[in-house]
Amino acid sequence: MTTAIAAPPKTKVQGVAGLPGRLRYRRRLPVVGILAWLAGLLFFFPVLWMFATGFKQEAQASTDPPTFLFAPTLDQYRAVLGRDFAPYFLNSLSASLISTVLAVALALPAAYALSLVRIPAWRDSLFFFISTKMLPPVAMILPLYVLATNLGVLDNVTMLAMVYTAMNLPIAVWMIRSFLMELPKEVLEAARLDGATRRTEMWRVIFPMIAPGLAATALICFIFAWNEFFFAVSLTATQAATVPVFLVGFITGEGLFWARLSAASTMAALPVILAGWAAQRWLVRGLSLGAVK
Amino acid sequence: MTAQSSKAPVRRPDAGALTRAQRWGRRAPLLPALLFVIALTQVPFLFTVYYSTQGRNLLRPDSGEFVGLANYAKVLAEPHFRNAVANTVVLTVSAVALSMLLGIALAVLLDQRFAGRAVVRTMLITPFLVMPAAAALLWKTSMYHPVFGLVNWALSPFGISADWVSQYPLLSIIAVLTWQWTPFMMLIVLAGLQSQSPEVLEAARVDGAGSWATFRRVTFPHLRRFIELGILLGTIYVVQTFDAIFMITQGGPGQASTNLPYFIYLQAFRAFDVGEAAAAGVIVVAATIAIAMFALRVISNLFEEES
Repeated sequence: MTTAIAAPPKTKVQGVAGLPGRLRYRRRLPVVGILAWLAGLLFFFPVLWMFATGFKQEAQASTDPPTFLFAPTLDQYRAVLGRDFAPYFLNSLSASLISTVLAVALALPAAYALSLVRIPAWRDSLFFFISTKMLPPVAMILPLYVLATNLGVLDNVTMLAMVYTAMNLPIAVWMIRSFLMELPKEVLEAARLDGATRRTEMWRVIFPMIAPGLAATALICFIFAWNEFFFAVSLTATQAATVPVFLVGFITGEGLFWARLSAASTMAALPVILAGWAAQRWLVRGLSLGAVK
Repeated sequence: MTAQSSKAPVRRPDAGALTRAQRWGRRAPLLPALLFVIALTQVPFLFTVYYSTQGRNLLRPDSGEFVGLANYAKVLAEPHFRNAVANTVVLTVSAVALSMLLGIALAVLLDQRFAGRAVVRTMLITPFLVMPAAAALLWKTSMYHPVFGLVNWALSPFGISADWVSQYPLLSIIAVLTWQWTPFMMLIVLAGLQSQSPEVLEAARVDGAGSWATFRRVTFPHLRRFIELGILLGTIYVVQTFDAIFMITQGGPGQASTNLPYFIYLQAFRAFDVGEAAAAGVIVVAATIAIAMFALRVISNLFEEES
């Protein structure tokens, strides 16, 4: 099950009759826990540091040796918010939300056609979707740029949302399909025996059962859209610039304002971090396109 | 593993019995998504192929003239392009290999029972969730800074100190990519470890296999497909790395850390040389197809289990 990662202590090792005591003991060596905690802290530390630095004064942000103890201040957050952070945030939010809704709305019928209905060349279609993920974004950016220029939608949130939708659709199709394939066959058969039309079957039977899967899919799409950088940098300038583009402003002009940069980075990263933490058990499934549970 | 439990699609009447209209009726739900993806990925790519045969510069909109394969010749002869290819290979291979090795190690640790396992797992997956652009800035400033950076501070007891970004640009990028992608690999390998059938493991123990023998003979073969999938998906994404290069090194110093996506970006949006940028893009796609053939075979294997 998808819950595998969050699974409580497994029973597989415990209480096996005849298991040598040595093995049972080794499973509980504290060294495993200590190592894991060290690794966890090591990997988490940069994020923690970014978070902490956002609450420092600039003078405390770049010191040698680093400042570990300080009186937290909200100055940097005020400064970032005062620097028109909001429009970037709103652009990111709308591009991500529009593309997420569109991707799921288009992917659901497609996944349905590719799983529960027999259509010709379903396998090829499925592979076609995933093969577009292997097409590097750089191979299509120029025409998209020219197209956007000609249509007058360069630097436009809707244009960006369309690109993100195309970027996420293959993932969404594969993921939703994997949820549909898992529906118990008996339930669908029973519904049809009871005379359910395809539409009722969809709304009354399938939809409620895969709702959590759809939520997980939406979350993955949102994460990818929110974090996307290449298209955002290439296709937006001022009006539709997203949060990652806002951060670009820090590489040159404000390179020395580390505390402010950290506050901005924290605000940029936090929505996805929180969403990812909340949806851990779905994460691996989505990231592997549903191939792994 | 793919474990989609209901094997056959539910509705499977005889395909031959379907009328033309019925077949289109069944296909209809698929079409919007299919057309959308084609319109925004395949069509632009065809235009890229077209541009690659044009001597075209965005600063002179009427500059397009057919130049045949001249752009390809120019790109292939360019040392900067070859350098970008080499950098891309080094970056991708090292980052994917390192993050997979670390990912396996961490997954094995997390598969054990210890206090606070959920917290450790949460901490470990966080780097993957951080917006890559933000992560890149964080590493460039707080971690790699030659004077105030934490990396030098942490390594100072060992007498190591460097201006990481300018002295070791590729290494700096690889470290950041590894930090970001290890959680991804860990999650996939962990899913593999936890999907092992307990009966098989018990059987191995009952047969007297030690932990190492069990791992090597039972666990590892089972994990292989998960590892392949992780490497495959990781490669697809890492090859396209752009954020970290743009933010941390700007491809430099010189061309030392310019990879293919960044090279094409520079050609197109700094030099506005559409023709050459497009030719480089097409070459990248051709190379990607070669890798993708292999990749699709891996996915295909996963997929076969289903039917």
